[in-house]
Amino acid sequence: MTQIDSKIPQGPLAQKWTNYKASQKLVNPANKRKLDIIVLGTGLAGASAAASFGEMGFNVKIFCIQDSPRRAHSIAAQGGINAAKNYQNDGDSVYRLFYDTIKGGDYRAREANVYRLAEVSNNIIDQCVAQGVPFARDYGGQLDNRSFGGAQVSRTFYARGQTGQQLLLGAYSSLSRQIKKGSVKLFPREEMLDLVLVDGKTRGIVTRNLVTGAIEKHGAHAVVLATGGYGNVYFLSTNAMGSNGAAAMRCFKKGAFFGNPCFVQIHPTCIPVHGDYQSKLTLMSESLRNDGRIWVPKKKEDAEALRAGRLKPTDIKEEDRDYYLERRYPAFGNLVPRDVASRAAKERCDAGFGVNETGLAVYLDFKDAIARLGKSVIEARYGNLFQMYEKITADNPYETPMMIYPAIHYSMGGIWVDYELQTTIPGLFAAGEANFSDHGANRLGASALMQGLADGYFVLPYTIQNYLSHEIQTPRISTDRPEFEEAAKAAKARIDRLMGIQGSHSVDHFQKALGHIMWEYVGMGRTKEGLEEGIRRIRQVREEFWKDVRVTGTADEFNPELEKALRTAEHLELGELMARDALLREESCGGHFREEHQTADGEALRHDDQFMYVSCWEYKGAGEEPELHKEPLIYENIKIAQRNYKD
Amino acid sequence: MEKKGLNLTLKIWRQENAKAKGQFVTYQVSNISPDCSFLEMLDILNEQLVDKIEKPICFDHDCREGICGMCSLYINGRPHGNDTGITTCQLHMRHFKDGDTIYIEPWRSKAFPIIKDLVVDRSAFDKIIQAGGYTSVNTGGAQDANAILIPKKNADLAMDAAACIGCGACVATCKNASAMLFVSAKVSQLALLPQGQVEARERVTAMVAKMDELGFGNCTNTRACEAECPKQIKISNIARLNREYLGAKFCS
Amino acid sequence: MSITGLFLVLFLLFHMSMNLVAVISLEGYDMVCEFLGANWYALVGTAVLAAGAVLHIVFAILLTWQNMRARGPVGYQAPNKTETEWAAKNMFVLGIIVLGFICLHLCNFWAKMQLVEIMGAEPAQGSALIVSLFSKPLYVVLYLIWLTALWFHLTHGFWSALQTIGWNNNLWIPRLKAIACVVATVIACGFAAVPIYFFFFYNA
Repeated sequence: MTQIDSKIPQGPLAQKWTNYKASQKLVNPANKRKLDIIVLGTGLAGASAAASFGEMGFNVKIFCIQDSPRRAHSIAAQGGINAAKNYQNDGDSVYRLFYDTIKGGDYRAREANVYRLAEVSNNIIDQCVAQGVPFARDYGGQLDNRSFGGAQVSRTFYARGQTGQQLLLGAYSSLSRQIKKGSVKLFPREEMLDLVLVDGKTRGIVTRNLVTGAIEKHGAHAVVLATGGYGNVYFLSTNAMGSNGAAAMRCFKKGAFFGNPCFVQIHPTCIPVHGDYQSKLTLMSESLRNDGRIWVPKKKEDAEALRAGRLKPTDIKEEDRDYYLERRYPAFGNLVPRDVASRAAKERCDAGFGVNETGLAVYLDFKDAIARLGKSVIEARYGNLFQMYEKITADNPYETPMMIYPAIHYSMGGIWVDYELQTTIPGLFAAGEANFSDHGANRLGASALMQGLADGYFVLPYTIQNYLSHEIQTPRISTDRPEFEEAAKAAKARIDRLMGIQGSHSVDHFQKALGHIMWEYVGMGRTKEGLEEGIRRIRQVREEFWKDVRVTGTADEFNPELEKALRTAEHLELGELMARDALLREESCGGHFREEHQTADGEALRHDDQFMYVSCWEYKGAGEEPELHKEPLIYENIKIAQRNYKD
Repeated sequence: MEKKGLNLTLKIWRQENAKAKGQFVTYQVSNISPDCSFLEMLDILNEQLVDKIEKPICFDHDCREGICGMCSLYINGRPHGNDTGITTCQLHMRHFKDGDTIYIEPWRSKAFPIIKDLVVDRSAFDKIIQAGGYTSVNTGGAQDANAILIPKKNADLAMDAAACIGCGACVATCKNASAMLFVSAKVSQLALLPQGQVEARERVTAMVAKMDELGFGNCTNTRACEAECPKQIKISNIARLNREYLGAKFCS
Repeated sequence: MSITGLFLVLFLLFHMSMNLVAVISLEGYDMVCEFLGANWYALVGTAVLAAGAVLHIVFAILLTWQNMRARGPVGYQAPNKTETEWAAKNMFVLGIIVLGFICLHLCNFWAKMQLVEIMGAEPAQGSALIVSLFSKPLYVVLYLIWLTALWFHLTHGFWSALQTIGWNNNLWIPRLKAIACVVATVIACGFAAVPIYFFFFYNA
């Protein structure tokens, strides 16, 4: 069994990062020029890391599957980014942000990492403002903050409902500056197909040029995986259509451990599913819950009438409405964390109180807020969201309540990394959503942007040097080495195999089938039997996929069907890994809810004595069961408590 | 309540690759739900094509919530179709009538060569940003974010401009295929903020020169860009760009 | 384009005020004509004006050529449906119409007045030219068509020129457009007043 070494520096929590930086090894400028780094993905983590490496003097190659680095899915984050600036003088501090993140993650995140995240959060805001990110400001010209996702302090910085976009464009502009300088080379529309190891160390990648279909080889002294999350295993999610977990899976298969694959976050406020043609789910910002009240009818017959269209939501009298979050969680009400709100919605819908044609929706009502604050205030706060909702559903939220339902949104799990963000393969680093590290079993609102940028701007530039300082003797990696040839051949063989099946169903057919299984059995409420059934069915779909998928076109052209097929093939394995992890984790925590493990009143029940660890899965070969390793989580600075949002 | 499905005739531009000659191909789709999005309608068509062992239609798309800027279809004479303030992915089929014929074309611009079918290469936009659409600030060492106060009005105007998603609808609809709205949005954003002042002159000169070099047309103030911009970016930004540009030219 | 355009607008305003003199008094008009004969200042003015007009036209041709090339090898099949003002999209066509009539106008007036004077002959009398030309309905109609094209050209051209030199913002766009409309209308009506007056109301 490989020893799990998370390489947490010695010293008191608040000093660990300072100590690390003081004692780490550096690379001198003359040597930096001789070292190559590959960055995969141009989201917040990838773009910020590549830009920073370029500034430092390394040679960087950055890859993305879209036509431009600016399209990465970080762009879609709406709400904001947290930082412990305490500009509002409401008692915030680095410790409090750290504490909230650990608690919000249901005590399944590593203390030292999270503390570092909170520590560098302030630098991120400074950096972004210097780049010209137009954060919201108050009339005095200072930065404005809002409270987000149930936090008791206002620590969220925002740029309208487009914070992710503005932060990404900031990182993209820094990246563009380096591209112009020549320190970073950009490879758009190019997808990583395999990782190349030489003597156990990361030495490069094999890619497919998505325009020409050419298989290309790229060598480097280190590779950073910043390819985002794997929510699209579920087919329907709030992720972009192109978001996928394939690159992470390819690293997993080369020996990188996968951490906590079963931890995915389900966002409570998404626009519900309309029909089977639906391609993705649209998130409505969590900030809506600050003023909106969530309810379903108290009477089943009302719910049925609403579903059939015989009643309108505005017909339901006040006393016949069940504001179930306010009822169950008097202290936090509609602002309970995402996982709690999502499960509560599912519970009501499963009990038959759901609205919408499908019965899978609850109301988010602004009637009271409009009456209290006036329409103009609500319009100023949420105008763009209301407009977006109306464009999609043709309903006007000023007049009739919105309908929402939970959807897969973020994956807390990911490639396992140590304190240096290095995976179990030397020279392979993982950053942003692609790694498992900072959010435990549940991510707090406005923390994803913080983590992506923290990793890219303020962590990797230090830690990667520590690794590369040992590589200064290694000459530029030649892609003529047999290891590259082998990887390219294997990638080509895989493509040929997929192209050669010429079965009877499209790729989407299989991805949708997988998605249904995942949502049904590895979704919001999981059971032992369900997970076992899920695994059985995933295997079945996987088998059918390899026998019966139809990929049209050819391999040497622009072929989105082939791209999807390659990704779905990985998702079919990742899905099983997620289910397996969920099966093993016999407790409920954060986004992972095992129905067998709940309190008398239906809340998540952790088993800290048995499961206070990170599940680290090691690939053991095709068809073999992956092996579980455990990284114990030690809490020295925080008192463990059961999360309580009731009082 | 049952909504009536739509039967539509689609005339779609098909082109094998950058060098091949393209043509319109006619397709029929039936019983499309009005709640379906335009791209989902194309998904349905593509599923049918795969069933018939034909190559599906290639089109760019990603986030499908109107923010990534990837989708780029010229639908019946309008980029992003017949609605305002939206991207193609936010266009829903309820804007069409049963029996409609829909022309679907790629963005047409010398600076955006076609890659395949409806997919175009918009790396020209990246090149313009690389020419100067940034502030030269290295990671680390930035001063406190509140050290420089910025009037709310300016911050808001900068945000209005920064909302650009780089989709290229402005170029697509402009009769001159001009990229002025795109360039002006970035120049404006940084010109309005103190952080962007230091390099303002070099930035505007370099970005405009790059834009001209890449073969975009000139602005004749038809305001078509503004009318089609999914983020409703105003041409007052173009005026600001002109101001900045003339200022830079006169003072250098 | 914008600078020459604005210059030409100034000239139009000047020319128009001069013409209006004819409506008030033909003798006064002849005095103005005499004053602006082949004197050195009038000749310099004419040369600068001609240069402005030529530059305006050369730029227009150059830019239009560049703009047409910018669309790329293949154009759109479906006609553009973006909501824009008609004049804004047809400035070049409007410009050609205006230019055609300028040629006609130069033949009708300038060639018989300043040009002959430059050649050393005796110029024709301005008032007589006006009276005789605008007694013919064909010319009145032609001139009115010209002025309509000019009106369209100016409604876009005036505010567009200011926008191009950077003199615009969210607040001023509607204002400038209104001003452009007023300027265009004043110029077009001012010019139109002459043929209309002499056709309908003037009795020799």
